[in-house]
Amino acid sequence: MSQDEKPDAPPAAAEKPTARAKPPLSRAKRQELRRKFLRTLLLTGGIVGAGLSGFLPLVYARTPRLRPPGALDEKDFLASCIKCGQCVQVCPVDAIRLADLVDGVGVGAPYIDARRQACDFSCDAVQCILACPTGSLTYKKPAFLEARPGAPLAAKPILLAKENDPEPTLNLSERMGVARLTRPEVCLAIKGKGVKGPARGHTFRGKMRYVRIDRWKPVPIAGVRYDVEECDLCVRECPVKGAISIETVYAPDGSLRKSPVVHEPCVGCGVCEMICPTEPGSIEIVPREVWRA
Amino acid sequence: MNTFLRKRFREQIMVMFGREPKKPEAISEPAQQIHLIKRTSNKEKLQAAAAHAEAHMNTSHKWRNRRWAVLVLVNLFFVFSYYFDIQILEGALTASRFIGFHLIDLNSALQVMLAHRNIITNLLIGTGTVLVLWILFGGRSFCSWVCPYHLLAEWAEKIHLRLVREKLVVDAPVDRRLRTVFWVVFAFLAVATGYTVYEAISPTGIVSRTLIYGPGLALLWVLALLVFEVFFVRRAWCRYACPIGLTYGVVGILSPLRIKYTLEGCFHEGNCRKVCLVPHVLDTVIKGRAVHTEVPIGPDCTRCGLCVDVCPTGSLTYDVKGLSKLL
Repeated sequence: MSQDEKPDAPPAAAEKPTARAKPPLSRAKRQELRRKFLRTLLLTGGIVGAGLSGFLPLVYARTPRLRPPGALDEKDFLASCIKCGQCVQVCPVDAIRLADLVDGVGVGAPYIDARRQACDFSCDAVQCILACPTGSLTYKKPAFLEARPGAPLAAKPILLAKENDPEPTLNLSERMGVARLTRPEVCLAIKGKGVKGPARGHTFRGKMRYVRIDRWKPVPIAGVRYDVEECDLCVRECPVKGAISIETVYAPDGSLRKSPVVHEPCVGCGVCEMICPTEPGSIEIVPREVWRA
Repeated sequence: MNTFLRKRFREQIMVMFGREPKKPEAISEPAQQIHLIKRTSNKEKLQAAAAHAEAHMNTSHKWRNRRWAVLVLVNLFFVFSYYFDIQILEGALTASRFIGFHLIDLNSALQVMLAHRNIITNLLIGTGTVLVLWILFGGRSFCSWVCPYHLLAEWAEKIHLRLVREKLVVDAPVDRRLRTVFWVVFAFLAVATGYTVYEAISPTGIVSRTLIYGPGLALLWVLALLVFEVFFVRRAWCRYACPIGLTYGVVGILSPLRIKYTLEGCFHEGNCRKVCLVPHVLDTVIKGRAVHTEVPIGPDCTRCGLCVDVCPTGSLTYDVKGLSKLL
């Protein structure tokens, strides 16, 4: 049958003109098509609009945020982060959080609020970097990404907690930021004042690994009582060797006074910011900051 | 007793006294219908029609229930892995590790590759694993069997259809080419801006992260989408917008697992098309459209099984290409 019909191609072709001359669409049909077109435009506009709001983090990217250790530079970080939260899951102190819509650092992208909960490297091995599936957090940058001058650490940082291990260093090649004494006027060390009781009060919910209490398990900071004559908590609790010390320095008025001084090995983890007993904290991490000699 | 029966009651008394029974002058409407059916059909046809009507009554939810169970379990697995720290399925739907094996969502991986232009080994392994997984399991089955937004949208769809039935809202379809446009737009934006902007509005990612890491304001966007779907456009996101669906749809081209349509028993009533998320894949069930006695359903099908459940004749079934030959 079908074979018989094949030679009948000309009539089939002849149908084309009639198809072209088919009656114009009815008013109702035209109206329906127009409505459908308008609805399509509306949906397009809505979703593209919402999508563009997703670019806000890129605008805000100029304001540096503290990202987890090993994060690429902000723009590359935002390009490569897949927002899965595996870094959140492995962190033993829950330092890493995922950003919400209004945080403006990318919905679902990880950041650290060091004052609330800093990274204290109590995992010993920067496990968030290990967990990252896309290389957003990385031990070593790929060759085509250049490091900003001052971002690379002069040497692998020595983690005080495992100073006596055969491998005492952290596998971290660039700093997250640098600690800076942003409010020297309130700093207890400068004032020569001491600390009694928990560093941040009884209600503070941050955790930290104290090697002297438990080598493997972070404990609530609120449960650790201090009794020091002259505050040196930022130095005492800094997890990295040689990153900060109390020195005698010249004050602006020319007199000599004691003050915390940050050194090149500072990785910007934020433990000093978290433990600082003053309110607001005297010392803070400047995220993405590089070392300036 | 209705008028027809009352009249007959009186006549029967007359019949008792000796009158011959005669053909009734008036018959009730329901009885007339049955008479009509009996006049126009033979016994076999009638039995078949009765069986068919019964099959319509016995609506099964077998596949829907199985699917919902799988969807909920997979997502709970993510949640429990983190919540109880059992470390079996770590991460979220965008990327995860199953007992150490990287799994990376294809669309998210694509966006990252386009934006970052640097593909590390783990990303490649994770993407490859998921690609093979969904080639085996049917491409868009990711949508209906895993995506948590799909389930929310299914419930919203139920509300929408109810409102449509009560004539409170109207179904307002949108041009389906829009989804392809969005796919290209978001891929282009990723390349051009070096930022995975789609992830900011992906309801799949937002809902998955909400389940695992807790809710945030980004849920408002998901809520807005659901409201839009309830009151304006049925399944707007999944049908006309989601680039993830299109990505997995392309994977589905290669998949041996699909729904198969068998022409012979089909009554062409179209119930399958009414329940379907993507009715355009079921055009073959329209009377006169099937090109062969058995027709596999196209790659955009989410393998959700709603049509399998609703079909009274078993004309739509799950099928693995080549499996029947092997067995």
